[in-house]
Amino acid sequence: MKEGKIIRVAGPLVVASGCLGAKMYDMVKIGELGLIGEIIELKEDLAFIQVYEDTTGIGPEEPVFLTGEPLSVELGPGLISSIYDGIQRPLDVIRSKEGDFITRGVELPPLDRDKKWKFTPLVTKGQEVKEGDFLGEVEETSLVKHKIMVPAGAAGKIVEIKKGSLSIEDVVARIQAKKDVKDVKMFQTWSIRRNRSVHERLMPDEPLTTGQRVLDTLFPLAKGGTGCVPGPFGSGKTVVQHQLAKWSDAQIIVFVACGERGNETADLLLSFPELEDPHTGRPLLERTVIIANTSNMPVAAREASIYTGMSIAEYFRDMGYSVAVMADSTSRWAEALREISGRMEEMPGEEGYPAYLASRIAEFYERAGKVICLGSDRRSGALSVMGAVSPPGGDLSDPVVQATLKVVKVFWALDDRLANMRHFPAINWLLSYSLYVENIKDYLNSSVAEEFTVLRQQAMQLLEEESELQEIARLVGIESLSTKERLILESARSIREDFLHQNAFHPQDTYTSLRKQYLMLRTILHFHNSGLKALEEEKSLEEILALGVREKISKMKFLPEGESGLLEVYIEVDNAFRELLQKKGMSEENV
Amino acid sequence: MYKEYLTVSNIVGPLVIVERIRDVKYGELVEIEAPGGFLRRGTVLDISTEKAIVQVFEGTIGLDVDKSRVRFLGRSQQLGVSDEIIGRIFDGSGRPKDHGPQIIAKKMLDITGNPINPDARDYPSEFIQTGISSIDGMNPLVRGQKLPLFSGSGLPHARIAAQIARQASVLGKAEKFAVVFGAMGITFEEANFFIEDFRNTGALERAVLFLNLANEPTIERIATPRLALTCAEYLAFDLDMHVLVILMDMTFYAEALREIAAARKEVPGRRGYPGYLYTDLATMYERAGRIKSKKGSITLIPILTMPEDDKTHPIADLTGYITEGQIMLSREIHRKGIYPPIDVLPSLSRLKDKGIGEGKTREDHADVLNQLFACYARGKEARELALILGEAALGDLDKLYLEFADYYEDGFVRQGEFESRSIKDTLDLGWKLLHKIPRAELKRIRPEYLEKYYPEKK
Repeated sequence: MKEGKIIRVAGPLVVASGCLGAKMYDMVKIGELGLIGEIIELKEDLAFIQVYEDTTGIGPEEPVFLTGEPLSVELGPGLISSIYDGIQRPLDVIRSKEGDFITRGVELPPLDRDKKWKFTPLVTKGQEVKEGDFLGEVEETSLVKHKIMVPAGAAGKIVEIKKGSLSIEDVVARIQAKKDVKDVKMFQTWSIRRNRSVHERLMPDEPLTTGQRVLDTLFPLAKGGTGCVPGPFGSGKTVVQHQLAKWSDAQIIVFVACGERGNETADLLLSFPELEDPHTGRPLLERTVIIANTSNMPVAAREASIYTGMSIAEYFRDMGYSVAVMADSTSRWAEALREISGRMEEMPGEEGYPAYLASRIAEFYERAGKVICLGSDRRSGALSVMGAVSPPGGDLSDPVVQATLKVVKVFWALDDRLANMRHFPAINWLLSYSLYVENIKDYLNSSVAEEFTVLRQQAMQLLEEESELQEIARLVGIESLSTKERLILESARSIREDFLHQNAFHPQDTYTSLRKQYLMLRTILHFHNSGLKALEEEKSLEEILALGVREKISKMKFLPEGESGLLEVYIEVDNAFRELLQKKGMSEENV
Repeated sequence: MYKEYLTVSNIVGPLVIVERIRDVKYGELVEIEAPGGFLRRGTVLDISTEKAIVQVFEGTIGLDVDKSRVRFLGRSQQLGVSDEIIGRIFDGSGRPKDHGPQIIAKKMLDITGNPINPDARDYPSEFIQTGISSIDGMNPLVRGQKLPLFSGSGLPHARIAAQIARQASVLGKAEKFAVVFGAMGITFEEANFFIEDFRNTGALERAVLFLNLANEPTIERIATPRLALTCAEYLAFDLDMHVLVILMDMTFYAEALREIAAARKEVPGRRGYPGYLYTDLATMYERAGRIKSKKGSITLIPILTMPEDDKTHPIADLTGYITEGQIMLSREIHRKGIYPPIDVLPSLSRLKDKGIGEGKTREDHADVLNQLFACYARGKEARELALILGEAALGDLDKLYLEFADYYEDGFVRQGEFESRSIKDTLDLGWKLLHKIPRAELKRIRPEYLEKYYPEKK
């Protein structure tokens, strides 16, 4: 291995001389401890290296070992249910070997070398295979069938294919490629900064359901889409992200805890084995990969963590799965970029962030998408990305927010005014938007209910009108509003409190199916429309608001899934208004 | 012996640049002997083959380029610990300040510490009863949490912190408990208040204090909280104690960090604070927590005074992004003469959900909390409306909420400095307030609890 020599150490940045021949983004090992780093700038024979571990105790004259390989992830059976740090070191294994605190210079393989997997071949000897074709599969967990694919550059004719209990180091297939015979193992390595190739990209047209009413109904994300959740601290970003990781109907979840709290990561780790996936009834951990580089872990590894997560996600997408990546929080990642850039004394852009911030963010989100994967079966896979952004002081003019909004299609604006009122999820319905509404309209109308998007439109309109009316009421008093307008205020409030407000910690309320969302919204709007009619029939607003069924409406969220209970409320609304109209009729008779 | 260098070339603010050095490592501890023989310490901030930039803790007054002698000690800054450390008072660099003997170290610990492996962390879920209703009832603290007090100058944050240290207990348990207090840049009077309070209540015997006062070297403040946390880690994870760490005042800490960044001519982030302030704060705050295989825990209460009460100021903002919530003090409530002036609306405890409820506090806790919160928020809204339109313009319900807000502040928030309310008393008090609101309005409470604690009048 070629060796360089350290000439400078400044925090996570190390400069080494004698590195001629090293390539950009090559991995290096530093000093006697063998700390892992990556080359981020080359200047003649000098290499600027960002180090993924604390550099205390490292000094000039110490050696730098050039591996000549880019920083890579290992992709193969054993990924699911794992917890990795930012450069894919297995934290659970580190813990069992090194103790409760993370020490430096640990080198461990990300995937278990000894574990035997039951490999079932899907091809036969003599068959022609292309890149991306399935050679076989391994049941990694009861939720995930891990497909072993033909790696890049190994298309050809199968010479040998094995079956049975094998470890990832064993050769499972031999393929006669153009030049030579390739040995294929169950795992492959992939440079984290390179996108994995696909056959073709498609427009997203299916919703990624999350069970969160404000998201699914008002601001839906599509499978293969991108969304961001910016908000000040305490507005519930992390809860939203955790809810998405728990309940979204993706088949694989990659959760990147990037520069965030250790205790929150512990929460994920402890609760995921116990929580059940609502779609399959199996523990959520069986479909989840966690990358945890908490805020006190080395800052450069934080920079790498989202690429590590993305490469793993792309790998599962290539198997034809619908994958969702949650990155919490991309601001911390951007700060890591800023810190390294500052140490390299680069010319800063806005707020001290490097000038290439926006393009890095755009590159990251652009790795999402619905695609036709490589392989002869033209299977489709989807990779959805949701990034949390933590702007300083909740200020949306922050460069990270602005750069993110330029590329993402869904914007969930968290609002600390709502959070202060304990309206959760604190997603502001006036500021947020989703550009996928049109894409997924057909899907929703055909698979949930025909009038779903119409109802959505009406609900949005009521909320919009509410904000205007509130403005007027604040200026001239509520008395100046007509009864119709006051009914609008009440109905909008009902939408907010009885529909949008959702308690993540209530066992029933935490997840709502699309069908139930539809039934709930339909009932609330039915009350509104009936109320409008009753007003036309000269009923007083007080009478309408005194109807007992309103309490039933407010409790709909706690009803179990399934049609009957919710339909009952709908019918009760009907009955209540019929009675109301008749009552008036009778009193007139009496007169 | 260590090699001595007489090659100081440049002294800027708290930094000393030493040339022509060999075998110096990043982060190494440095001793500098001033011409008069006075010893100072520092650490290496940046090292290259030609020169080292050293940050001097005790300030550079009296150092010169010509005669100052520099020794590199071959190790990073460490704290010697043993069980005798409990009950002692140290200065901001970890030297005894109470005229007591030196600690005979059983262990030397690096003060920067190592990050806890996320996989080793246990989720904090044990409720700590502080005896303060607006914390216990509304923003409960749990063991292993880091919950800062966001305050402003002139607000009684020190009294609240002392009250928490005095009263904190875990329900139904008697365990080894210790308080570690790290003071950065606070005045003698403030520090003395804690010492006297600890002494009077007997808490000093189970406390360790690290004091860097306002007139003591600024740069020393960088080390003080790390010493406190290193000590806490030893007590918690070696001696199985439950440790409450109070750090005051983080604002002065961040200012010291800014001073160094400015002296190094680094590219500044917001308001001149360095871009790595977040990471730097995180490496301290994140040392709080619980570990699965250990009995002890570290609960951290950093106190910071927000310049101009502005919570978007970088120090408060970045702290809020790292800690698990915040307790916000309000000048408005303080002006009304209410102690403790905790404003519940912008306050938050992120870890409360697993720490409360049946078996921990009481089954109705979460619902009562949410309902009190919602009612108070509505009451505050009504109060604002009344200011603009006059109270007469409010509807009956709004008037009721307005009254509720007053009751809440006066009856629930207000309590004595030495009054410790049990969680049961706090929740009962909450229900007493909620009875002022019509039953049908209490939408955040599950029907079964309404039935139990607010039965319908027949």
